[in-house]
Amino acid sequence: MAAQSSTFVMYDEELRKINLVSEKLLRESNSKVIFLVDKNGQLITSIGETEHLDTTSLASLTAGNIAATGGLAKLIGEKEFSILFHEGEKDNIHISIVGGRVILVVIFDQRSSLGLVRLRVKKASDDYGQIFEDLATKSEIENQSGAPSAFAEITDDDIDNLFS
Amino acid sequence: MSFINYASREINCKIVYYGPGLCGKTTNLQFIYQKTSPEAKGKMISLATETERTLFFDFLPLALGEIRGFKTRFHLYTVPGQVFYDASRKLILKGVDGVIFVADAQEERLDANIESMENLKTNLEEQGYDLDKLPFVIQYNKSDLPNVTPRAELTSLLNPNNVPEYDACATTGEGVFETLKAVAKQILMELKKGGTGG
Repeated sequence: MAAQSSTFVMYDEELRKINLVSEKLLRESNSKVIFLVDKNGQLITSIGETEHLDTTSLASLTAGNIAATGGLAKLIGEKEFSILFHEGEKDNIHISIVGGRVILVVIFDQRSSLGLVRLRVKKASDDYGQIFEDLATKSEIENQSGAPSAFAEITDDDIDNLFS
Repeated sequence: MSFINYASREINCKIVYYGPGLCGKTTNLQFIYQKTSPEAKGKMISLATETERTLFFDFLPLALGEIRGFKTRFHLYTVPGQVFYDASRKLILKGVDGVIFVADAQEERLDANIESMENLKTNLEEQGYDLDKLPFVIQYNKSDLPNVTPRAELTSLLNPNNVPEYDACATTGEGVFETLKAVAKQILMELKKGGTGG
């Protein structure tokens, strides 16, 4: 069954491309932090002023937030709400869905504005979308090639050691 | 759906604790949180009501160490157990890699367990999952209490497929890590079978 067997894979090359787009977006939108999260709450990458941020928690809560608003959308007959915006006293969060399955989060303060962020996010979304599409194709090809998995040699001992 | 990051050499997996209200899902996570070394865990997040009932989910990220050069990270989630939070429960199941069903072994909660198990199956099916094919273990929590349903009866009602099952007392931690380990093992075995995508 597709839903439970598919694994989301990220490679060096694509991650580099993604980070290039993120760096450009960070610069052009004058924002503080940018991170990308899988819809299931796994952090893909983060750049900017992330030293004091709990990015793992942010990723999980962002995905929960998107899931909850997605549920709301369905209840009123919408497919999804593709943009969320949270305004704080100093910092604001702009959340959007790119490429259908990845969540883009931009944190910014008074040095930027909602209008600028929206504009730049819109432009960057196409770039991200293309990369994630290529990534999906790539992992599909790798998968069909029947090459042995990097994890094919996991043993019971390996797993037991994790808990020792 | 696990996330394999070749760039950072990480495997990320999602485990969901499911079960009826007040069965001890959050207590399981709290015990794991208390007993894990600070470098192996992230912050535990609980989205709960003022009376400490889970409203949306609890979340605990765990880093268990390396396997074949990959860091393994398990994201543990609980669902809200109360019947009327069904819409939220469905959302938490998205992208799940393994499920732990926490049953409340007390006699008076037998019906609630059965109802919750049915609810789990229904909600998984809605997301395109088949419980029989997912890594799955059952925990009979509160087994230390005097008024429990006999284990054989619990097994026959809740575990017809004979998945791994454990007696537990989540407040003292008995059985908590055994349960987690059992499901993590199944998830990693799936990964081994499935490779990068299948």
